[in-house]
Amino acid sequence: MTRFDPGRLITPQTIALAAVLIFNWLLFPGFFSVEWKDGRLFGSLIDVLNRGAPVAILAIGMTAVIATKGVDLSVGAVMAIAGAVAASAVEAGLSVWVAVPLALGAGLACGLWNGVLVAVLDIQPIIATLVIMVAGRGIAQLITQGFIVTFNDPALIFIGTGSAFGLPMPVLIAAALLILTTLAVRRTALGLLIEAVGVNRSAARFSGISAMSLLLLVYVFSGFCAAVAGVIVAADIHGADANNAGLWLELDAILAVVIGGTSLLGGRFSIHMSVLGAIIIQAMNTGILVSGFRPEFNLIVKAGIIIAILVLQSPVASWLFRRGRE
Amino acid sequence: MNRSLRPLAATAVIFLLAYGAAALQFPGLFSTRVLGNFLTDNAFLGIAAVGMTFVILSGGIDLSVGAVIGLSGVLVAVMISWLGMPPLIAFALTLTIAAAFGAAMGAAIHWLRVPSFIVTLAGMFLARGAASVISPDSIPIHHAAYDWVSQAYWKMPGGGRLSLIGALMVMVFILGAVLAHRTRFGANVYALGGNAASAELMGVPVSRTTVLIYTLSSTLAGLAGIVFSLYTQAGYSLSAVGVELDAIGAVVIGGTLLTGGYGFVAGTFIGVMLMGLVQTYIIFDGTLSSWWTKIVIGVLLFMFILLQRLVFRAQAARD
Repeated sequence: MTRFDPGRLITPQTIALAAVLIFNWLLFPGFFSVEWKDGRLFGSLIDVLNRGAPVAILAIGMTAVIATKGVDLSVGAVMAIAGAVAASAVEAGLSVWVAVPLALGAGLACGLWNGVLVAVLDIQPIIATLVIMVAGRGIAQLITQGFIVTFNDPALIFIGTGSAFGLPMPVLIAAALLILTTLAVRRTALGLLIEAVGVNRSAARFSGISAMSLLLLVYVFSGFCAAVAGVIVAADIHGADANNAGLWLELDAILAVVIGGTSLLGGRFSIHMSVLGAIIIQAMNTGILVSGFRPEFNLIVKAGIIIAILVLQSPVASWLFRRGRE
Repeated sequence: MNRSLRPLAATAVIFLLAYGAAALQFPGLFSTRVLGNFLTDNAFLGIAAVGMTFVILSGGIDLSVGAVIGLSGVLVAVMISWLGMPPLIAFALTLTIAAAFGAAMGAAIHWLRVPSFIVTLAGMFLARGAASVISPDSIPIHHAAYDWVSQAYWKMPGGGRLSLIGALMVMVFILGAVLAHRTRFGANVYALGGNAASAELMGVPVSRTTVLIYTLSSTLAGLAGIVFSLYTQAGYSLSAVGVELDAIGAVVIGGTLLTGGYGFVAGTFIGVMLMGLVQTYIIFDGTLSSWWTKIVIGVLLFMFILLQRLVFRAQAARD
């Protein structure tokens, strides 16, 4: 394994995160204060991690999908479905040990559906996942019968608002997923195979990689991640809102992956950088809120960041950069 | 029959069958009144879908459509209600801004060489954010000419009302069909969607065509925003959220191939009508909840994607 090199920590993403955090600190001097209260940590930084956890979890699944040259637009709707299943199940008297697996199962099923459309029927990923993006919220409303299903099950609520080891549960779940996924893709050949499919699917198939089962796997995994995020969001607000749970979060997740430097054209990917991207997005959201700007500015700032990244990654910029060095 | 017209014919037959089945159950559906309402209620969606057809024909996608509709509605409302401009000048200014916005997105897609998906996503955030910053609240429009235009209609035989905005949508579809199938620009769009590399080698002006395609899409979205503000008599930054998905759905259901290079503007018209039919049927039925609209449209989308896939796979096997 490579030796740890502190220089590798300096990337555009970490510089961006530091800049956003310092900016927040200038606007709100108490930003970095973290205190220990009632057996857990409190503070704006912890809040950023806690609020950013759902998008970070989506981004983990989305990175795998984008690495295969795909995209999963359905994750927001899958979140709504998973939240609706979990809430309806505990309201029907089932234990949380049944409700959560049911919700995760719903996410796996949606992921499998997407995977079959992309891998077996060979449909463009944007369009294949559009079907659940459009129909998914309708299905979630069908499950909740159009109501916002609220619940008081303490075990389910714990997933969204509880804490362990001093950290909020969503942060711990996101961290666990990040570590497990990173181990799975970097300590085995899985990551390499995913990259091979993303760079050139036919070439990967000719070299003996089962591209079809790998594609199925990444979409199922993305559906699973979306379901985890959906359960967390539902548990956090003690209810399942089929219309608004996870609304537009697919775009945030894609943005997190792009900020993390994974190319939308497939191939090279980095899961921890995507998670960092999600944290940068949330730090910006929090910064705009604490600075007293109207939340509407959020969208404009996000658009500005996408444009800046696109310009920096474009061939024009790299050509200028090369010429400057010569 | 020309073989390339088959998917269009399939869509038309499915629409007629669905309409016939629905009309058998509810004879009231089969009247010019319902037809007139179809056109009026879906006018803004139809106009936006024409622009989306060109984008998808060229192999791209435009996610900013709904946000541009919201932004233009707010701009029109601000210019008329706050600044006291005459509506026609407000319309012209709004369409110019929308066109410039689309041209900028097209230029970014071509020269930065990034997927249209991500550029128009930034455009969506930007337009929606700008609209919300201008006014987070709905701005009502009170203007004598505005009231007249939004009420104007032509009485069709059978008591149906063909409203001015409904007629405008039909006109945009006709002009769009002529532009796509009878002009050099249209031929360039198809060439670009079929294969961008060979289009460039054949001498298609790729940069100009790309910029024009997104300019057209945003201009039509701006027009749709004006129509939407006529329809609701207000401009609201959060209006038309998710209309880009409906527009993409209408284009797909209309038989246009999502990889680009194949499709018809007329198919999109049938797609819009089919989506309107689903909504009207659910309203007529009365016992079905509103969420069935989303599910049925999702199922339709899936069926048509599958149909396209099978048709083109069979064709590829024959060739």
